[in-house]
Amino acid sequence: MATLEIRDLHVTVEADNATKEILKGVDLTVKQGETHAIMGPNGSGKSTLAYSLAGHPKYTITGGTVTLDGEDVLEMSVDERARAGLFLAMQYPVEVPGVSVSNFLRTSATAIRGEAPKLRTWVKEVKETMERLSMDPSFAERNVNEGFSGGEKKRHEILQLELLKPKIAILDETDSGLDVDALRIVSEGVNRVRETGEVGTLLITHYTRILRYIKPDFVHVFSAGRIVESGGAELADKLEDEGYEAYTKGGVSA
Amino acid sequence: MAEAQNTPVGSTTAGAIAVAAESTVATRMSAPPSFDVADFPVPHGREEEWRFTPLERLRGLHDGTAVATGDSLKVAVEAPEGVTVELVGRDDARLGRAGTPVDRVAAQAYSAFEQAGVVTVPKETVLTEPIRISVHGQGGVAFGHQVIELGAFAEAVVVIDHTGDVVTAANVEYVLGDGAKLTVVSVQDWDDKAVHVAQHNALVGRDASFKSVVVTFGGDVVRLHPRVSYAGTGGEAELYGLYFTDAGQHQEHRLLVDHNTPHCKSNVAYKGALQGEDAHAVWIGDVLIEAKAEGTDTYEMNRNLVLTDGARVDSVPNLEIETGEIVGAGHASATGRFDDEQLFYLMARGIPQHEARRLVVRGFFAELVQQIGVADIEERLLAKIEEELEASVA
Repeated sequence: MATLEIRDLHVTVEADNATKEILKGVDLTVKQGETHAIMGPNGSGKSTLAYSLAGHPKYTITGGTVTLDGEDVLEMSVDERARAGLFLAMQYPVEVPGVSVSNFLRTSATAIRGEAPKLRTWVKEVKETMERLSMDPSFAERNVNEGFSGGEKKRHEILQLELLKPKIAILDETDSGLDVDALRIVSEGVNRVRETGEVGTLLITHYTRILRYIKPDFVHVFSAGRIVESGGAELADKLEDEGYEAYTKGGVSA
Repeated sequence: MAEAQNTPVGSTTAGAIAVAAESTVATRMSAPPSFDVADFPVPHGREEEWRFTPLERLRGLHDGTAVATGDSLKVAVEAPEGVTVELVGRDDARLGRAGTPVDRVAAQAYSAFEQAGVVTVPKETVLTEPIRISVHGQGGVAFGHQVIELGAFAEAVVVIDHTGDVVTAANVEYVLGDGAKLTVVSVQDWDDKAVHVAQHNALVGRDASFKSVVVTFGGDVVRLHPRVSYAGTGGEAELYGLYFTDAGQHQEHRLLVDHNTPHCKSNVAYKGALQGEDAHAVWIGDVLIEAKAEGTDTYEMNRNLVLTDGARVDSVPNLEIETGEIVGAGHASATGRFDDEQLFYLMARGIPQHEARRLVVRGFFAELVQQIGVADIEERLLAKIEEELEASVA
């Protein structure tokens, strides 16, 4: 069973000619089949955690370890992490001019699976997955994220999640900017992947709304660069009622 | 345009649509067109038509100090049966019909060449094989003149390959008879030190179609000036260009489509990728719709993809309209960069770095390459793009 282990992770970022510590000792274990929600106010470091795990060059790891099935993730390049089974659905997916969605998906699947998917089954697989996400077939011919609406970008991220079948999926504010219909479609996509039991999900969100569609096994409250409280799904209900004030008073968070 | 938000440091993208009673395209030049080099002052670099060009790297082509040396260019023409290939003297009446030199270097070339090549496809002759012209630089300085003429309703594909090392200035004329169809692919695959300055003049006959594909990979300085005008109504011109500018290279493409005749079409699409320190690409797209050119339909587009820091693009489309009685006119220019965020996104999907770069560049050029319509040329170009990318990754 695949396990992602984060131990005492410290991360800094360079901003305005100063080094700022964003993550101040994160401990978390995510196992295949589990869904963990990480909730926290803006500026608490949730997205930094997501991008640090994926290996974004902007972030510097200053302490701690991250392993996937015992392998040192922090030693891997960005593409190696993806091939090892980590997937990050981004909050702000970037435009890649000149590269069509279909070309991108196939290149990516080839890299992740280690061989080019057989064309006939692949075309069918992509088509059916797109249909389930209510994506028009013409989508495949557009350039990656170019001119996509916010909802289209998120659906495109979940399309990749479904096709690439990672061991650990990190969903960074996938719910932000979505209307209720889009949120439902995107959540259904995530749930299809979860129901296989083969993915560990790290769901990063500011709002409890998405948790009505995606039921977490564990909820962690993130504040000032650390997990400050962990519990079951009931913790989300508490946050829904009381907000984050209990965790941010003391002025440690933005 | 989304890409334009991402303009790399130092690059410029400026454009203008002017509605004018009189052309400023002509008045922007420092001297009127002439076949005589003496009619042009030696440029100092601040003139509108020279301001992007590193004059000091033209090796004297612009100031008269470059003098022709023997055997500098080896030209070989391979033509199917029915095509006439000649070398003619300066006084041949077929020279200078498609256009007049508009700057000092083109006039220098016209004033200095000794013999001109003339390739003629007789009327109603439809070639099934391309005419291949190989121009190979062997060092030194050369001035050239080439005429390619198609008689009425003739059809031909011409591939001109430039390789080797030379300092050269030339004029190339394309004369299309009524209803003729000409595709010209000019590949600048020079060695690193070559300097190539040329004016291409196309005169498009009534109902004729001219397609130009300019592909620039090599050279230290390449400055090309493709120009089109029309001899009758119903003419069409498609001008496609593709350049891959590496560290230290200066590649400049200056286009002019002169809609001097009613009911003609033009479509200009140039795309370039740049990588490396001091790679510099310049694209000037001038379209002039004269007062008499009613029913004109024109569009011009330039896109640049900057792959690394240190590269610079100057892209200037100009559309000048003297009549409102037209079908359509437009232009677009954008310079975007392949940046770390795009790289991160692709790599986060398991795609290795060099593969990510290739994916982006191939995708960027693919659409344009498909416009060429000559299968073996398309394949060769894609292979060449791969080669450029391999060299850069290594």
